Amino acid sequence: MRIKRLHSNGSEKVLPEAVDLTLIDPVIEKYKGKKGSLIPLLQGVQSAYGYIPKQAFLKLSEETGLKLSDMYGVATFYAQFRLKPVGKHIIKVCHGTACHVQNSTSITESLEESLGIKNGDTTPDKMFTLESVACLGCCSLAPVMMVNEETYGKLTGKSAANAISEIANRETVNS
Amino acid sequence: MTKKKVIVGLGSCGIAAGAKKVYDKFSALRESEAADFVLDKTSCIGMCYREPLVEVIDENGSWLYGDIDEKKAVRIFNDHIVKGLPVEKLIVSREGMDTPDNEFLQGQVKIALRDCGKINPESIDEYEAREGYAALRKIAAEKMTGEAVIAEILESGLRGRGGGGFPTGMKWKFARANQAEEKYIICNADEGDPGAFMDRSLLEGDPHAVIEGMIIGAYAIGATEGVIYCRAEYPLAIKRLNIALDQARERGYLGKNVAGIEGFNFDIHIKEGAGAFVCGEETALIASVEGERGMPRKRPPFPAEAGLWKKPTNINNVETYANIPWIINHGGKAYAAYGTEKSKGTKVFALTGKIQRGGLVEVPMGIPINDVIFKLGGGIQNGKKFKAVQLGGPSGGCIPAHLGDTLVDYDSLNATGAIMGSGGMVVMDETTCMVDMARFFLDFTRKESCGKCTFCRLGTKRMLEILTRITEGEGEEGDIEKLEELAYQVKDSSLCGLGQTAPNPVLTTIKYFREEYEAHIREKKCPAKSCKALLTFEIDQDLCNGCNVCFRNCSVGAIVGEKKKAHYIIDEKCIRCGVCFEKCKFDAVKVF
Repeated sequence: MRIKRLHSNGSEKVLPEAVDLTLIDPVIEKYKGKKGSLIPLLQGVQSAYGYIPKQAFLKLSEETGLKLSDMYGVATFYAQFRLKPVGKHIIKVCHGTACHVQNSTSITESLEESLGIKNGDTTPDKMFTLESVACLGCCSLAPVMMVNEETYGKLTGKSAANAISEIANRETVNS
Repeated sequence: MTKKKVIVGLGSCGIAAGAKKVYDKFSALRESEAADFVLDKTSCIGMCYREPLVEVIDENGSWLYGDIDEKKAVRIFNDHIVKGLPVEKLIVSREGMDTPDNEFLQGQVKIALRDCGKINPESIDEYEAREGYAALRKIAAEKMTGEAVIAEILESGLRGRGGGGFPTGMKWKFARANQAEEKYIICNADEGDPGAFMDRSLLEGDPHAVIEGMIIGAYAIGATEGVIYCRAEYPLAIKRLNIALDQARERGYLGKNVAGIEGFNFDIHIKEGAGAFVCGEETALIASVEGERGMPRKRPPFPAEAGLWKKPTNINNVETYANIPWIINHGGKAYAAYGTEKSKGTKVFALTGKIQRGGLVEVPMGIPINDVIFKLGGGIQNGKKFKAVQLGGPSGGCIPAHLGDTLVDYDSLNATGAIMGSGGMVVMDETTCMVDMARFFLDFTRKESCGKCTFCRLGTKRMLEILTRITEGEGEEGDIEKLEELAYQVKDSSLCGLGQTAPNPVLTTIKYFREEYEAHIREKKCPAKSCKALLTFEIDQDLCNGCNVCFRNCSVGAIVGEKKKAHYIIDEKCIRCGVCFEKCKFDAVKVF
């Protein structure tokens, strides 16, 4: 669960990106007309794009008859849903109790410093998104962060920053 | 000669520690060396502090290896598997052998965790080989009625393991009493409590036990449909649950005429939660399953009368269900033999924080907290002093060291102001600031408050503001009293458990650590040296020999100085992370 909820302050006008709306046809097909399917629908959309684009909301509403207001209510209530595109690599720093007592705050601060972004934001090159999560359940390895599917344990501010710059280096080499 | 068996612990924790690589190594070795041994996987063994764990079973029994990496895996393969010589140095536990880690296992009674770390969670055969689905078959064979099942659960004294502690048998009785065409049974697997991972380990380690418990519950109350509401953040648990559900369907434990019981039709599906702590509350969970925002509803009507889709619904937690098959197999009396008068059986705890041996433990109710921390857990890390233990997460409280002989049962824990909770046990040492701890939990509940009740929505925010002020050195006289007043108002004026318990971390820390609050407010000092705004770091010029360690570890470049000469800290740049203090081998970094 993310404990930092993201609020758009409205100042950043994201240009509507070209979104391939056919990607979500199977999801709509699967849940259309079933009761209680709003959350699985949104989850399906998010797994297709990494976030829920505005156009997808409109399409869902059109095809399933669900109200836009209800969808937006649900999408902003739950921590899982994102309304902004995310970076290629998502860094989730654990801020569970065990990590907190092992000083996870310094991990986030060090990453904010080295990436030059605030917690919850994405780097301008769309490479990294920095997030907080409430608990990854690897409490014995605290403090922990998860980058994509890989978990890094027993971190210090420095080792966390190093791990990220290693990934960044690999990206530069590849491109 | 029987084949040797190598079992690698592949729970989320183990995988994070590198167990998958170890498993792949053994797999590759078996391939390349054409070695004849069985390679299997299991889930959480509980010794998280020793992950990755590898168990080797040979003709002499079981050998448990800990802290294994690929290199050590090769060694175990060469010595133990090929030559038959166990690598004694790497063994963490073995019957008859004297290892410090044996203490971790002594004193534990595994009922809910009976199969965790023993079976391959993706194999129904392995589950069935250990009494799996025997309880369900017993009910079918002996033609036990729903009432008889409930009577057995009532006799066991089992109380809800999610935190509430409501007698499970009673809950079932109410749900059974309400007549309806459709009834639902829900498993609450939305473990949102930071610092707790009992449910995750159970679902990953023994999904069939939870499923069997639900089937028995469904039979007892007459439910037609089951829902497992599981956190989406637990992908491995969801994957293994899905495998288990398919297997159970294939064997006739789900579907039409379950286990051959005429007319008992029941199936289970999984609903992925979308991340909201409040959904641990049963009416909020129901709202979420119905596809709405997870906001609690007024009770009555209780879910037993009108729950999911307004039908009678029974909700229990993962651990509660996992106990059910054992109780049916061994009888309610056998379960009630463990524990105290009002708290029967065992409880699983996730032991974490500044503890030597952190992991998953299952202990009989009524054991003193000190036994868990010092005997099982091996005491505090780095020889520091035990200060407090936090139970029950954001709804719970801190129990100070001097109450360490408090017994782990519902009533004794409630008397301290903490709660049993779902089983997170976070141990703190002298470097943990209790004001900051209270702030941490309030920050969590403030974000997770659904916003329905004014006092919860605004009260937690105001309390957080005061606490933040105190930790930043801006505390004022009267703040403590104001916090207490607000705390009681939030408690009294909130609809659901989240609000009613949110002030507990604040109230218990004020109760037991009032002097720490006062030090922050009056002297602008943090006794635990944890609140950064109240600290200054300096390097003692006489003690510093310029070894450069602090310089290299400083992530913000706040340390300057030539090699082999005394270094300085630039206060404006310093983020007070404390790394220099931790890393300095010469005690030259001083904190004020």
